[in-house]
Amino acid sequence: MSADHTAPIPHVSEFKRVYVWELPVRFYHWVNALCILVLTVTGILIAHPPAIASAAEASFGYWFGINRFIHFAFAYLFFFNFAFRIYWGFVGNRFADWRNFFPLRRAQFRQVVDVLRVDILQAQDKPIMAVGHNAVAYFTYFAMFWVFVFQVVSGFAMYASMSTSWFPQLFAWAVPLFGGDYALRAWHYNAMWFFGLFTVVHVYLVFYHDYVEGHGVMSSMVGGWKFLHADVLKGSGKSWFSTKPAPAPKPAPAPRR
Amino acid sequence: MSLASAPSETVPTVYEQIASRGVSRREFLQFCGWMAACIGLDNTASAQIARALETKKRIPVVWMHFQECTCCSESFLRSSHPIVADILLDKISLDYSETLLAASGDQAEKCLHDTITKYKGEYLVLIEGSVPTGAEGAYCCVGGKSAEQILEEVAKDAKAVIAWGNCASSGCVQAAKPNPTGATPIHKLLHGKPLVNVQGCPPIAEVMAGVLVHLLTFDRIPQLDALGRPKAFYSRRVHDTCYRRPNYDAGLFVESFDDENARKGYCLYKMGCRGPTTYNSCGVIRWNGGVSFPIQAGHGCIGCSESNFWDQGPFYQRLASFPGFGIETTADQIGLGLGAATVAGIAAHAVMTNIRKRHDIGEHPGESSDLAPPSAAHEADRPKEDRS
Repeated sequence: MSADHTAPIPHVSEFKRVYVWELPVRFYHWVNALCILVLTVTGILIAHPPAIASAAEASFGYWFGINRFIHFAFAYLFFFNFAFRIYWGFVGNRFADWRNFFPLRRAQFRQVVDVLRVDILQAQDKPIMAVGHNAVAYFTYFAMFWVFVFQVVSGFAMYASMSTSWFPQLFAWAVPLFGGDYALRAWHYNAMWFFGLFTVVHVYLVFYHDYVEGHGVMSSMVGGWKFLHADVLKGSGKSWFSTKPAPAPKPAPAPRR
Repeated sequence: MSLASAPSETVPTVYEQIASRGVSRREFLQFCGWMAACIGLDNTASAQIARALETKKRIPVVWMHFQECTCCSESFLRSSHPIVADILLDKISLDYSETLLAASGDQAEKCLHDTITKYKGEYLVLIEGSVPTGAEGAYCCVGGKSAEQILEEVAKDAKAVIAWGNCASSGCVQAAKPNPTGATPIHKLLHGKPLVNVQGCPPIAEVMAGVLVHLLTFDRIPQLDALGRPKAFYSRRVHDTCYRRPNYDAGLFVESFDDENARKGYCLYKMGCRGPTTYNSCGVIRWNGGVSFPIQAGHGCIGCSESNFWDQGPFYQRLASFPGFGIETTADQIGLGLGAATVAGIAAHAVMTNIRKRHDIGEHPGESSDLAPPSAAHEADRPKEDRS
């Protein structure tokens, strides 16, 4: 490949590397994924403990107690990680900004229609101008945040009467709201199914976008970068929320030695 | 304004009353100590209880029966301690109770009327049963008045109201779906009165007695939880005080009622036991004088001290039926159904993607690696190679 590179290359867009997901966002994502996995597995075990026939005395075993302990410990991790992400929605970059998640702007709804037409129904083939998530993704995450809130409130409410710590007591009001522990527990369990369904669709769509668009969506949650067409980026400079304009491009940092 | 303030000089104190019935001083003090332990107080409180019972007059009490089966009364009367039954018959002065009243008709109505007019602000109202609000109250009438009218009339000047059992506290079976009579618990109809929900179907006799003794001794209702139940008896789950709990923590469960695990007394969690979500004292005080309780007898708790427990069936299944779907359809079946539908949708979408977006997928013209322009790394390397 000596002289070939000087020849004009047909139909190849210029790609630009964009730093989309900051380290705290990526950190949140993977801690959250781990928490949801652990909480779901231990939660299903709590709901459907496997039949382990044992001739031993009960005092020799404690696996179910340990399982529950893991569930409770990860519940705390999940909560504080979630709280951290909400904080980051106020201080993070424009892709992490909390305003993305609120379906308030007309442009957001226009993109929802676009995404449904292009990606879901595939009635049309055109690139969608989304550097962060697209509008459907943001709204889905917003809905998911409410499931998070529900799981946190219902979970800690049930935990409150087993605990002397002040923190779970903050949520104890949810028990009378639902009429009792049983109903609350049933809904805590039902809501768990949301995560299973969400994960299936979420993982599929990441594959889909990587496969079809080739922007490196999948690796963006590891390194933070996406690779986008320069001409797409030109149109995406404006933010959905006018109060916070896109930041001026920073001068390139001095190369590290 | 004391709960036990004497309406007239002729009313004897509680202690005088029971002493005249042949209860010895020793028996009396025994009872006081036992009650103190029952309410969850320390040793010194037994003296406080004794003092209260020695000095205070009997409380006038009316015991109302609405939509109920009288199992609360039955439970109370079957208490193991003889003095507990005497609380009802002697210590507090039961002026009106449909079940136990000797009088009937106009005489009975007069008893009720006299009590609530003579002892305004001093009498206690104990209520068994829920109040039907459907059909303008026609489903439960006593003496030509609907339960709702009677409740309003009786509770107006009451010192405090005690709702006995699940019916009065949350409606129990008659409030289960579809609740044809509009059965309503007392707390939803009565506002601005001190109200205690003594939950259970029925409540444990010692719990009922404990609540009454607390009222007698301290002149106020006991500390309540968020659902209006006395904390002394309803702050812990049956599960947390269950003698089978170690089996739960060790993951040893009864798989069917006739298996080896059931014989060994393993945890009944998988048989639908509601112990983990039910707040009551069954595991501590037990029933019939501390003889046993359902789980000890090999049957799971059905959660009778929790509201809506009839609608949270089946009792022998851990997960309730999912609302809006057929009987015994659980969240798992629905979740798996949705999961299968999701996977099918994804598969269809993936196939469609490969057809509709085939021009986007894979190698585009000019993107083959042997056509790629030399990278910056190569450019950087080149002079180095030249130097070497």
